[in-house]
Amino acid sequence: MAEIQENSDSGKRGKQKKFNVRVDFTPMVDMNMLLITFFMLCTTMSKPQTMEIAMPRKDVIDDDLTLVKESNAVTILLGKDDKVYYYLGRLQEEDYESPDKLKEANFSGDENSIRALLLGRNREVVQQIKDLKTRKENLEIADSTYKKEVTEIKKNKDAPRVSIKASDFSNYKNLIDALDEMHICNIGVYAIEDITAGDLRLLENLTGGGYEKQTETEVKQ
Amino acid sequence: MSNKIKKKSTFIDMTAMSDVTVLLLTFFMLTSTFVQKEPVQVNPPQSVSEIKIPETNIVSVLIEPNGKVFMSLDKQPDRRDVLQKMGEFYKIEFTPEELKKFELLPSFGVPIRGMKEFLALPTEEQDRIIMDYGIPCDSLNNEFKEWMRNSKIVNKDLSIAIKADHATPYPMIRDIMNTLQDLRENRYNLITSLKDMPEI
Repeated sequence: MAEIQENSDSGKRGKQKKFNVRVDFTPMVDMNMLLITFFMLCTTMSKPQTMEIAMPRKDVIDDDLTLVKESNAVTILLGKDDKVYYYLGRLQEEDYESPDKLKEANFSGDENSIRALLLGRNREVVQQIKDLKTRKENLEIADSTYKKEVTEIKKNKDAPRVSIKASDFSNYKNLIDALDEMHICNIGVYAIEDITAGDLRLLENLTGGGYEKQTETEVKQ
Repeated sequence: MSNKIKKKSTFIDMTAMSDVTVLLLTFFMLTSTFVQKEPVQVNPPQSVSEIKIPETNIVSVLIEPNGKVFMSLDKQPDRRDVLQKMGEFYKIEFTPEELKKFELLPSFGVPIRGMKEFLALPTEEQDRIIMDYGIPCDSLNNEFKEWMRNSKIVNKDLSIAIKADHATPYPMIRDIMNTLQDLRENRYNLITSLKDMPEI
């Protein structure tokens, strides 16, 4: 709706008439609002985040796996009801009977959590990466150098090597939480592995919560 | 003169308002992407990872809490070729109309034997019943493996994205991961939603 108002006050004839040209933008605004609503409802702003993982090839036996020092090995077991357990080193025959091999932990971040454990054991790497980060933030080093250095630091020989073993009773969220902790604690080497009968036996001994069922089904297969 | 109520024009200048809305509209059009129609609603778990998913060439695997699997390819020609290849593999002849219909499906997830009947249905009907199906991916009839294998043959630049619900039991995830491992697809993305990095 364009409105052209004649200026009534303009005195004499012969003088050029002044027109007040005003365009009504209300319908335009209405239409724009409708379009905005449409776009707000039908589109997403954020692209989804992803977590990149690389699994080992099935036919290749990973040398890292077998050569890992026992003192560096940490195994995280994902149990039922969002519970998480861990043990250090490898399993020996006498460990099945000992009550303090397997310990319960959580994903929260307090002193009893997986994070506290891994940060403690990975102190050197975490500190180095922290220093590097401050240097990057002070623009002393470039982003590409930073990434390269981080990869280098993560290769530390004494850093823990974590196996994540999920039982059949855990869910996807537990797995992602565990992978997240690896990311937070700057763990260089970690792997998702199949749970073994020994691990299940440990869980069963500690909790007594029906983990032997999984062993049975696996034996049947 | 002063007793008379002055007639004021109620005309409001909408030009500025219009400017603002056009700006907002442009902003939304440029920054956002359309929501992909998915057969089931899944809630991915949160993680601190900040890596973004690649723009194109994605084959995404959708796993819902009960373990039903759906797949989607982002390029329409790929979808067509994949179905053709699947038809050849399972000895099912798909007509050009069926291929065309399949090309327009945002995601798929019915057993290949039922694909013909599924494609014959109207769209609303398809949306309703797709939830009851899912791609079979057990060890006896691993159609998911064939879909993935053929997708990779059709377009070898495809990157795999797994989008699973946070409550999905681990054995379902393990089956999918094992299948991918069998295909030697060892690098893939797990779709998550962002949460803040905790202070350490």
